[in-house]
Amino acid sequence: MTLPFFILSVLTIAGATAALTLRNLVHCVLALMLAFVGLAGLYLQLDAQFIGFAQILVYIGAVAILIVFAILLTRGAESPSQSIVSPSWPISSVVSVVVFGILAWTIRSSVATRHPIPPQPEVSVRQIGDALMSRFALPLEVIGLLLTAALVGAVTIAMQEKREIK
Amino acid sequence: MTPLASYLLVSGLLFSIGLAGALTRRNAILVLVGIELMLNAANLNFIAFWRYGPNPEALTGIMFAIFAIGVAAAEAAVGLALIISIYRHYKTTNLDQIDSMRG
Repeated sequence: MTLPFFILSVLTIAGATAALTLRNLVHCVLALMLAFVGLAGLYLQLDAQFIGFAQILVYIGAVAILIVFAILLTRGAESPSQSIVSPSWPISSVVSVVVFGILAWTIRSSVATRHPIPPQPEVSVRQIGDALMSRFALPLEVIGLLLTAALVGAVTIAMQEKREIK
Repeated sequence: MTPLASYLLVSGLLFSIGLAGALTRRNAILVLVGIELMLNAANLNFIAFWRYGPNPEALTGIMFAIFAIGVAAAEAAVGLALIISIYRHYKTTNLDQIDSMRG
């Protein structure tokens, strides 16, 4: 465990915790952005530069801004007057803690994490582009189709309902 | 603890936080935020296994993460459009008050 890894993981976990516990929704999104920055840093630590910058572009640049727009369009910017958690929150918390316990126990007892550390891989954006255009060409087309369909679907769903004219 | 185990542990913690948020929060937008965090935890797993796995030059982990980011972006767009549509109908995003299927 190196110091950058420790700082980045604390940043990520603290951001995620704050994003789901704060009352004001706009503050939640700002904390979420912090968690995404921490995750991008973790990707850079893992020598995945392309994914790190894609994370910043897609999540901080697009998804977080989209969520802010949704909050403002649904007038969620004011702090709610009643409780922010649903009545069944004790059961849900127990479920989450149990899930984390099982995951941590599995990771600790797994032999897959005890392999020797391989040397640092050399991955250029050019290699990723080559792979996307050759070996992963079909998945790329499918993801393009999915994004187009999602774009059209999102616009159709969010469009103002027209009054029926008889 | 090996580096892979510590990355997996961070990712597991992130997943559990996202799960807790998605299960406990009342606001639909924050439930979506929790789901985004869970997807990101899965992405971190892909990258960690790619980096510390036996064949990093095959680029499979990177490719999987790229496609997961694409799918998550599409999911966020459609999910937020649904929330805006529901808000227009019920004038609330509180999930406890949205309790009937027909408008």
